[in-house]
Amino acid sequence: MQVTMTVNDVEVTREIEGRLLLVHFLRDVLGLTGTHWGCDTSNCGTCVVWLDGEPVKSCTVLAAMAGGHEVRTVEGLASGAELDPVQQGFMQCHGLQCGFCTPGMMMTARALLNRNPDPSEPEIREAISGQICRCTGYSTIVRSVRWAAVHEQTAAAQVVETTESPAAGEISDAGQPAGSPA
Amino acid sequence: MQVPAPFEYERATSVDQAIGLLERLGGTARLIAGGHSLLPMMKLRLANFDYLIDINDLHPELGYIRPGRHELRIGALTRHRELLESAELAAAFPIFADAERVIADPIVRNRGTLGGSLCQADPSEDLSAVCTTLDASCVIRGPGGVERIVSMEEFHVGPYETAVGEAEMLIEVRLPVRPGGGSAYEKVERRAGDWAVVSAGAAIWLDRGVISDARVGLAAVGPNTTGIPEVSAALRGQAPTESVFARAGEIAASQCEPVTDQRGSADYKRHLAAELTKRALRRAAERARS
Repeated sequence: MQVTMTVNDVEVTREIEGRLLLVHFLRDVLGLTGTHWGCDTSNCGTCVVWLDGEPVKSCTVLAAMAGGHEVRTVEGLASGAELDPVQQGFMQCHGLQCGFCTPGMMMTARALLNRNPDPSEPEIREAISGQICRCTGYSTIVRSVRWAAVHEQTAAAQVVETTESPAAGEISDAGQPAGSPA
Repeated sequence: MQVPAPFEYERATSVDQAIGLLERLGGTARLIAGGHSLLPMMKLRLANFDYLIDINDLHPELGYIRPGRHELRIGALTRHRELLESAELAAAFPIFADAERVIADPIVRNRGTLGGSLCQADPSEDLSAVCTTLDASCVIRGPGGVERIVSMEEFHVGPYETAVGEAEMLIEVRLPVRPGGGSAYEKVERRAGDWAVVSAGAAIWLDRGVISDARVGLAAVGPNTTGIPEVSAALRGQAPTESVFARAGEIAASQCEPVTDQRGSADYKRHLAAELTKRALRRAAERARS
């Protein structure tokens, strides 16, 4: 069967088998190996990508089910050369050890911040509760997400200040305006 | 790498078209909604089908929570996350939010559906226990738009087996709304998001300080989620006191049929059935009072 979907803003069409899982479509067919594949049973969460903006475990979604929908993977997280604040946070706060769970963790973190720009530590832990870091580096992961939240809010506040002044410059790259989660 | 055996994928465009496909393809076809129970079973070859009919596009038709005066209706394709986040549902039946918080994890809850959970008919499944507790009715549609309504007792025929026929589809769950009610859900699991070792749902209705009716539904202690009518009989007409709840727990423990497995011994599960029934009733009564 033929499937067409948008992956990281690019429309792709491929001939696939009905039983092909989304994780294997992304990795093996499209070569997007940033999405990892771990437990195969929807437990570990390394395969988390977005389907229409919501995190899903792509080992338990058929590629065919994503047909006509929008998929975003960790490769689509940065804006060009500029890393997403979540990626920066993982760098700043050492949110990774072996790095295996990192792509999934970052996709979940980004989705969380889109809905809740200022999550508490328990809220972050709840959001990632379906994902396993086998290095057990959860503390630094939580810290990384908090870093991204704080960084983004500070950046947003600066944008508001800049736009309110008569000498407002180019703001489109500076992040989301304050108080308006995407 | 675990993948399902080969099958043909079809995508449904409406409820009646999906039923038409089922009618044509018969027992070789299965509906897939969230897929988070079905796909793992197909990967493990515990289930095999020649056709999967994807009904996710029917969410606009079947994803809804509609409060009404006498009953609250939930579309079968309503996702766990929608159930968890619905203020109307939480106000009418707080047991739903209690249960949803302990069903799998937030990411799985983005996909899984109410109808899928009930149709999976796993004896440990939380929403089945919730719907049993709340005396839900299931609306099943067949060819020609013919609908029939069955109770939860009739719906679950056995483990992984429901009253839904080969060319039929569960489309809606209806929950009776009665005044003065409170409800709660208690679960013991081995780790976050796991199946229940045992769980208990309770719903209680108070009239001038006396229990006018109560229901308890247990999961993971028998071939299906189990309503315990003896508990209802013992609670009716009583004041909502600790000793009454303890008695209800004893009845629940004696009426259930747990088995010893890797999640625990039958004795331990019986103990949990008693304790969780007591806790759920206590919390349901607190909510009924407030």
